Amino acid sequence: MAFELMSGSQAAAVAVQRVGIDLVAAYPITPQTAIVETLANFEAKGELGGEFVSVESEYAALACCYGAAATGARAFTATSSHGLAYMHEIIHWCSGARVPIVMVNVNRTIGAPWSLDPDQGDSLSQRDTGWMQIYCANAQEVFDTVLQAYALAEELLLPCMVVFDGFYISHTYEAIDVAEKEEVRRFIGPPGFEAQVKPGSPGNTHALTTGENQLLLVRNRHETMLRAPAVFEEINKRFSDIMGRSYKIIDYVIPPGAKTVFLAAGSTSETVRWALPKLNNTGLIQLRMFRPFPAGQLRSVLAAHDVEKVIVVDRNCSTGMGGIFAQELRSALYEMENPPQVQDMILAGGVDLTFEMLEKILIPGPDESRTEDKWGVDLK
Amino acid sequence: MKIEELNRESEMLYSGHNACPGCGAALAVRYLTRALGPDLAIVLTASCWSIISGMPPLTALKCPILHCPFPSAGSVGSGVKRGLVAKGKPDTTVVVLAGDGGTFDIGLQALSGAAQRNEDYIFVCYDNEAYMNTGMQTSSATPFGARTATAPYPLFKAGQKKDIMQIMAAHSIPYAATATVAFPEDMEEKLKKAKKISGFRFIHILSPCPPGWGTESADTIQISRLAVNTGFFPLYEIRDGVSWEMTLKPDRSRIPLKEYLGAQRRFKQMDDRRIEILQEEVDHDWECLMEKVNTAD
Ligand SMILES: Cc1ncc(C[n+]2csc(CCOP(=O)(O)OP(=O)(O)O)c2C)c(N)n1
Ligand code: SF4
Ligand SMILES: [Mg+2]
Repeated sequence: MAFELMSGSQAAAVAVQRVGIDLVAAYPITPQTAIVETLANFEAKGELGGEFVSVESEYAALACCYGAAATGARAFTATSSHGLAYMHEIIHWCSGARVPIVMVNVNRTIGAPWSLDPDQGDSLSQRDTGWMQIYCANAQEVFDTVLQAYALAEELLLPCMVVFDGFYISHTYEAIDVAEKEEVRRFIGPPGFEAQVKPGSPGNTHALTTGENQLLLVRNRHETMLRAPAVFEEINKRFSDIMGRSYKIIDYVIPPGAKTVFLAAGSTSETVRWALPKLNNTGLIQLRMFRPFPAGQLRSVLAAHDVEKVIVVDRNCSTGMGGIFAQELRSALYEMENPPQVQDMILAGGVDLTFEMLEKILIPGPDESRTEDKWGVDLK
Repeated sequence: MKIEELNRESEMLYSGHNACPGCGAALAVRYLTRALGPDLAIVLTASCWSIISGMPPLTALKCPILHCPFPSAGSVGSGVKRGLVAKGKPDTTVVVLAGDGGTFDIGLQALSGAAQRNEDYIFVCYDNEAYMNTGMQTSSATPFGARTATAPYPLFKAGQKKDIMQIMAAHSIPYAATATVAFPEDMEEKLKKAKKISGFRFIHILSPCPPGWGTESADTIQISRLAVNTGFFPLYEIRDGVSWEMTLKPDRSRIPLKEYLGAQRRFKQMDDRRIEILQEEVDHDWECLMEKVNTAD
């Protein structure tokens, strides 16, 4: 056990170095640059353990990872915002091709206009690309989740995106417990998944297929991803035995009798967690895994605690529909007998979540049943 | 080469593939896999060849093929080669196969990036001078005067063909060469040379396309030969971006370009004035090439 002071970005890079990587391909973008630079420094000192490829675009970075993973190699890339959007075609391709790549996305608003704050719309617009998505709330979670993501991805043969907020996490220094290489090795060995490109044996991999066959592939991918929570539990058990830390798909604190809970992903969940003791009888559900969406688990937790109202912190907005986490929750609750009300708190643009906003949204309006969605600006 | 001299054992293209009769691209890949095999892995981007390769579980080639999105070939090749090295298979020859669209246009950025990094694989562009898979639309490899689905009669491709070889030479890659299906020995020699060199290698293969060019399937070789003999598509190689050498020097003065153009329906709307424009362009390019060849030695 060794506590070290590092930023979320450094935590991600160190985890990649510890996991034993064959290939890193990346392209710089604020606020992800420290990840690329930390990995390049490992390379410069001969400590990366794999190849570092300075490519000419994010699209090339993920394409390069795809090629490497198709040979059975462990590959990594990291990006943010415009970089993630620029990769879109190949993000789809990687999940269809079932290559277990791990990619970090550091949340940042997509323009226009240019903006740097941590709107989650970049990763959430990749919702339907067939990647697993896990949102981290602090640097320790980032370090641990990158390690767990490789285990999960390689077990399910599905790529996994590890997501955290720009600046609030990427640039904030925290003392975190950094596992040494040997410890990490005990948790995850070298990649053992099957290569798709096998020299000496013919194969027409990912060539044109029929709609009928594609349907079977899509079903298989979907059903495989739905196994992620169960597989995650096994992985986490192994992880906690070695590291002494444990994670959940959704993490919650709901005081007895609390009727209102916040639902948040990423650094906003840390803000709410900090504020809870000062907020009258209110709970928190931290959404860690977003894909697959833990609809069943959310319903069980809400039902078991008789929650009457969920206030969703959405640092994003799907124009014409509203905050994305709220939409997903509402659709999950449709199957619930006495579903709680859902109120959305939209902090699109990546604006900061303040204690005052939390207090203000909890003040009941003139009509007690009001669940009108609120914009961050109106809660100041 | 005589038919009985062919070493059937080294053939890697199976019969029953999906190419049109007389397809230059199919022939090109037949020659290249024979020259570079058997330990070969192909990265294949969207193109006619995505169809020619067949529908799994069938395959047209006796080696692994990894399909990839249209703009990505150059980058996927980097990953495959480096991945194979990481996995203890450094000897497998990696070939990235792309059409002219996947090379000159949408794939140019990835190609340039990989060439600049001097990635250790062979990039092969089979050039049929248009987007054939999607129905003969104009690409930046389409020559001046040709009619395409996006420049239909009475329109024609107005700009000149992009000079991809100069672009590749400007990247100072260890080896680049042109080839075409009418000269299989020349092509084979270049590929075998390329195989022995490490770093980024680029082979540009002119591949006639009977339905796209408006020619008979039996005339593919004849058309390919005319392209060389009229000076429209010279055969040469470039080492390290600076050392240019002709591998076959036709006596161009005997065959006017008109003969090459007249044999293809895509040039049917070319009048004498346009033919002259293209002839002048070809003459000019030839002189520039000769200058490079002469200063190289
Ligand atoms: C991003 C993207 N845009 C468009 C297409 C459609 N498309 C597939 S193949 C092709 C043309 C390929 O042309 P070329 O590279 O010259 O190969 P050819 O078909 O001539 O063999 C196009 C436009 C695609 N697959 N992906
Ligand atoms: S359209 Fe042309 S390039 Fe494509 S398969 Fe047919 S002949 Fe070959
Ligand atoms: Mg073409």
